[in-house]
Amino acid sequence: MVDAAAPAAPVTAEHGGPSELQHHFDTMDQQREASSFGMWVFLVTEILFFGGLFTAYTVYRHQYSRAFAEASRHLDIALGTFNTAVLIVSSLTMALAVWSASVGRRRAIVVFLLLTMALGGVFLGVKAVEYSHKFHDHLVPGPSFQFPGPDARAAEIFFSLYFTMTGLHAAHMVIGIGILTVLVLQARKGRYTPEYHTPVEVSGLYWHFVDIVWIFLFPLLYLIGRHIH
Amino acid sequence: MAQHSATAQHVVPRKVYFAVFAALMVFTATTTAISFLDLGPWNTVVALGIAFLKATLVVLFFMHVKYSPRLTQVTIAGGLFWLAILIVITLSDFMTRGWLPVLR
Repeated sequence: MVDAAAPAAPVTAEHGGPSELQHHFDTMDQQREASSFGMWVFLVTEILFFGGLFTAYTVYRHQYSRAFAEASRHLDIALGTFNTAVLIVSSLTMALAVWSASVGRRRAIVVFLLLTMALGGVFLGVKAVEYSHKFHDHLVPGPSFQFPGPDARAAEIFFSLYFTMTGLHAAHMVIGIGILTVLVLQARKGRYTPEYHTPVEVSGLYWHFVDIVWIFLFPLLYLIGRHIH
Repeated sequence: MAQHSATAQHVVPRKVYFAVFAALMVFTATTTAISFLDLGPWNTVVALGIAFLKATLVVLFFMHVKYSPRLTQVTIAGGLFWLAILIVITLSDFMTRGWLPVLR
């Protein structure tokens, strides 16, 4: 059986692997795949988290399609399209950060992570401009909400969903920028190598997921109500 | 996972990322342009169809799912199946109300 007196420390050395290999994994590949699988399990819970809101949106849009169309025409399609493009570029720079880590270009990791963060900041800045327009136009649900015509109550539901969905999405962006800040600090220390860069990889999965949420929010909120009267 | 552990990590060539990026930008421009045309109910179908195409490209290539272990792929498919249950069964209630003359 196990010799209780045996030293516990050099477990990884027993595998002959790098120091990043935790003792409960056999190989770096197994460790990396377990991490990305864990991230995907989390992202599946996120799919259902946002899925509840998408379902609520679908139910109310089915019930109040005319009011939702009218309300959605108050969103700025140019700013929405611009922000979609910004997020797609940020997904490219994130993918290139992961790529740089996997081929060992340490400086490029930092550069691409900083670019990704900057683009995330641009997205949030444009979102802030859009939100301030909504406040100015009395389109924020609450006591000061004003909407012409008989569909005011249903339009208020649209804007409730608009702020909840884009707000939750923006909160994910803020968290993503926070995660990337930690990655930049670690990458500057040369922490990530072709053998070990799992944090960059799984953070990339998160960033791309947030991009995908926007890929669906953009047409549903900005585009599809334009010709319904 | 076991059979994958023996294989080295898959590094996707950069040109794949640039190609996917170009496709995503073209799809974004297309979906915005099409929204200015009046296609009746097809506006929704086209907008969501393009969104699904874009999401699929991101998942398969940016998120490496095309090269991921089968376990990860099945887990994602399971998650999407659960999302479908959430949406389809909810809508099967809301969209069929009033079909039968029962007391509300």
